[in-house]
Amino acid sequence: MDRILPQPTPETRHFWEGCKEGELRLQRCAACAKSYFPPRPFCPGCGSREVEVYPASGRASLYSYVINHRPRPDMGAEPHSIAVVTLEEGPRMMTNITGCPQTPEALQLDMPLEVTFLKASDEISLPLFQPAKG
Amino acid sequence: MKQKSVAVVGAAETTKMGKIPDMSVLGLHCDAALNAMADAGLKPSDIDGVATAGESPVQIANALGITPTWADGTQVGGCSFMLHVRHAAAAINEGLCKTVLITHGESGRSRVGSAGFGRAPSSWSGQFEVPFGVTSPPTMFTIPALRYMKTYGITEEQVAMVSVIQREWAARNPRASFKDPITVDDVLNSPMIAWPFRMLMCCLVTDGGGALILTSADRARDFPRKPVYVLGTGESVETPIVSQMEDFTTSKAFRVSGRKAFAEAGISHADVDHLMIYDAFAHLPIYGLEDLGFCKPGEAAAFIGERNTAPPSEGKKGGKLPLNTNGGGLSYMHSGMYGMYALQESVRQMRGIAPAQVEGAKISVCHGVGGMFAASGTVIFSNEA
Ligand SMILES: [Zn+2]
Repeated sequence: MDRILPQPTPETRHFWEGCKEGELRLQRCAACAKSYFPPRPFCPGCGSREVEVYPASGRASLYSYVINHRPRPDMGAEPHSIAVVTLEEGPRMMTNITGCPQTPEALQLDMPLEVTFLKASDEISLPLFQPAKG
Repeated sequence: MKQKSVAVVGAAETTKMGKIPDMSVLGLHCDAALNAMADAGLKPSDIDGVATAGESPVQIANALGITPTWADGTQVGGCSFMLHVRHAAAAINEGLCKTVLITHGESGRSRVGSAGFGRAPSSWSGQFEVPFGVTSPPTMFTIPALRYMKTYGITEEQVAMVSVIQREWAARNPRASFKDPITVDDVLNSPMIAWPFRMLMCCLVTDGGGALILTSADRARDFPRKPVYVLGTGESVETPIVSQMEDFTTSKAFRVSGRKAFAEAGISHADVDHLMIYDAFAHLPIYGLEDLGFCKPGEAAAFIGERNTAPPSEGKKGGKLPLNTNGGGLSYMHSGMYGMYALQESVRQMRGIAPAQVEGAKISVCHGVGGMFAASGTVIFSNEA
């Protein structure tokens, strides 16, 4: 079964284009310097429309998660993590932690992570996170 | 709002509760509405304000033959009905209408005439949460809990205790879905849903409904039931997707709504005799007790574990703060938008007719959540004019 995929909008297209190119893109306000997510063409901190898109470092830490024991059919049969990570730049996003056992022992809060992209279709690559190497 | 300017004069749940395969969502709304009108001694032609969530107020008004001069379709999830009470109070005080009907009905279990959960793939949820495998609330509402547990050193056993004590309350309620006693081990050995959450830490899925009727305090004295006055109200919203909640250890919407309600009511925590906190999952009463200010951050799980919210048991006195006395969403019923049932229990406690009645209770705080920590509404009731 094909994975359920996002449908980009004009306001979020740069983010999904970035994922396709292997780059995690955030937005930052020129007026107050706040970095934010999800994408929108104005700053949620001060309301300014003077915002820029920039590549994030891809480094993050594990903020919280569950291990879903009743996966959705498109997610396979094995229990898997559904996590929220804090990006080095400040914003948080939901993701899956990959490249390690899906167990409470392997998934420790605050562990360092790095982004990796799962090519799900010609148009969509999903930003996932794995334990940071070195 | 002005304290005690508006009162609940009609309150009822659906005739049946639990599994109701012979009624649609619309049917459940209307069954509850007719029961509430009977409770208040009113006919549809006496109602001039309608508020509802899940269905359109147009549908409810038309189905019941009501011609309203005020309608409210605020839909922010399970606490929508707390917001309806607040908005209705403002509308009545402003003279927009005199007598408001608030309805809820949901075929959560049987799914008869029910729209179900839909999230557009272009929404924030569809783009930034659904692709990672979230399904229903057990994979979203639960995500903040691990951060809370690590921050304050709270164990899975302590979270399980919330379910155990609410089952004790449910045992006193003949209408509760689950009444048999459970232990912490039973909770931890129940099927894993989304670690660290087991089945008995998650709410039920049932069919049912409820309705309330409100009018001004000066008219309330002429109704058959003892009026239950609205003393204070609050509401707020935070985020449509749980991953963007500001702090996973506390709900901003809870704090804002609760503070506003207590300020409007002009009461302190020591004045509260009875408390309802919407418990879709076992961690919610913990967040609620702290964000409403009954406990300091990190202390609510121990407060519950020490039986401060529990009913009397084996000769021991009940706790000083009876909480979720109907058994809650964990054991009484949960159709999907449980807020209406929390309100119904607060009204029963204030009328003095609850199955697990708190003797002499004069003030009840009823606190709801909508979505996954997305929204919040708080209503404080008093039974003294
Ligand atoms: Zn800004």
